[in-house]
Amino acid sequence: MSIFRDAGHLFRLAGVYLAGTLTFLVIRAAVVPHSFGQYGHYRGAAIAEIAAKPLHYAGHQTCEICHSDIARTKAAGMHAHVNCEACHGPLAKHAADPSIDPGKPDVATLCVRCHAASAARPKSFPQVDAEQHAGGVPCNTCHQPHNPAIAAAGGSK
Amino acid sequence: MPGVEGYMYPNEVSLYWSVLIVLYPYITGLVAGAFILASLERVFRVEAVKPTYRLALLTALAFLIVAPLPLQLHLGHPERSLEMYMTPHRTSAMAMFGFVYLWYLMAVLTVEIWLDYRADIVALSQTTRGWRRLFYKVLTLGSSNVSERALHIDERVGWFVTLIGIPSAFLLHGYVGFIFGSIKANPWWSSPLMPVVFIFSAMVSGIAAVMLIYMATSRLRSQPIDMKCVDTIAQYMLYTFIIDFSLEMLDLIHRIYEADESFRSLDFMVHTKLWFSQVILQICLGTLVPIVLLGLVQAAKLTAASRKRIYAVSGSLALIGIFAMRWNVVIGGQLFSKSFLGYTTYKMALATREGLLVSVGLTILPLFILAALVKLLPPWTKEQPDAEALAVTGD
Repeated sequence: MSIFRDAGHLFRLAGVYLAGTLTFLVIRAAVVPHSFGQYGHYRGAAIAEIAAKPLHYAGHQTCEICHSDIARTKAAGMHAHVNCEACHGPLAKHAADPSIDPGKPDVATLCVRCHAASAARPKSFPQVDAEQHAGGVPCNTCHQPHNPAIAAAGGSK
Repeated sequence: MPGVEGYMYPNEVSLYWSVLIVLYPYITGLVAGAFILASLERVFRVEAVKPTYRLALLTALAFLIVAPLPLQLHLGHPERSLEMYMTPHRTSAMAMFGFVYLWYLMAVLTVEIWLDYRADIVALSQTTRGWRRLFYKVLTLGSSNVSERALHIDERVGWFVTLIGIPSAFLLHGYVGFIFGSIKANPWWSSPLMPVVFIFSAMVSGIAAVMLIYMATSRLRSQPIDMKCVDTIAQYMLYTFIIDFSLEMLDLIHRIYEADESFRSLDFMVHTKLWFSQVILQICLGTLVPIVLLGLVQAAKLTAASRKRIYAVSGSLALIGIFAMRWNVVIGGQLFSKSFLGYTTYKMALATREGLLVSVGLTILPLFILAALVKLLPPWTKEQPDAEALAVTGD
């Protein structure tokens, strides 16, 4: 057949492309993890690997087992829905061994993280210019962090 | 904060997409435009542009090879780019780029160049020595059949590949416009016209680039410039430019008339931070001046030497203008706050991974690749300019 002879080079080209595609498929089968796509566009086995990693956060329910008095104070104030470890940091080690002292957060940097005046925050959210508002006096001099309204600390709001 | 005016959300102060992301659509645009110019001869039988046919294909290939590099440098970890192929993410337009790129490179451009050059490759494999002989031998794929029938089959298949190549070129660059146009959170980008504007501006830049490269290589080779060829190319460039400019103006008028909540902010940005790059560089110098110059050639009877100068100036201005357009899209879209209350500044670094020097290097790298390709696959052996069409020598 002359068509096969005169178009032979095209079949050779097709052969090169086919060989390239097959090589790709072989490499793909070798390098793509078997669990890829099991749950979504990621490696399914990653879930078990992540779950096996050590915990850093204890969760507020664990904190409240020992610190029920603080939990009651917090529940009565504006910080009721702020988790303990949002301010105190990860405390799984302290929960496992209460003799480990987690230390107290530095209020000079902690409070302004949420309460420094910023146009990006909702207007109803309490926010201050820390320098003008406190003049360098630590926030917890007036505000009790677990229930920050001044009235709650015994003064007028 | 230095460089910031008004209010910016914290994640808007620094730009994420640098000048490299400006280069990426610029380079892919040159590829698509150069290929569409080549298709004029092959599919639409515009014989006058034949002297640039092979040069346009090689230009497209040289720029296509460089096209992913800006993305690789911007993202880092180039080895991870292969994951686009290994685990394709079918719902992500960005992740699909790998396939669009591969299709265009392997199924369109390489095949078309191979088919067109096959007879030359076979001849070169028999006349050269050393590594070049081996190189051409490999390219023949072991077939030295250059019979009339075999070449006729090549011609038909090549025509069909070019036919597929036209929508593929539109896909390649329309896709880039789609990436920007589909970002609905950014009013500067979010427009269904974006892919169409990108395609037509790509055609302008690709046509201008091939025209300039053809004129420059003719001069370097001390060969006469085929004036009929460059006149025809310039004519197509003018038509494409007018469509491109009309589409951009349509987009602009639509934005002004619609005047949605982003308009005041964007209008202020165009009158301040983008005044030079958009109004002066892109619209005035990069679009209106070349259109007027190219229009002048159509309206007046100018000498060949004057026409050549006009083509060189308008081609260069068009390339600058289209680069400015990419700059205004990519950088402009990140200069204003989504709160519409503030603006930031883009300060290009000099000698960093995403700096000026790297960008300049990436812009000229395709020219070196083209020089190597031209050396290996000379585009001028097959077609010499028609002696009657040579008005002047390429001075």
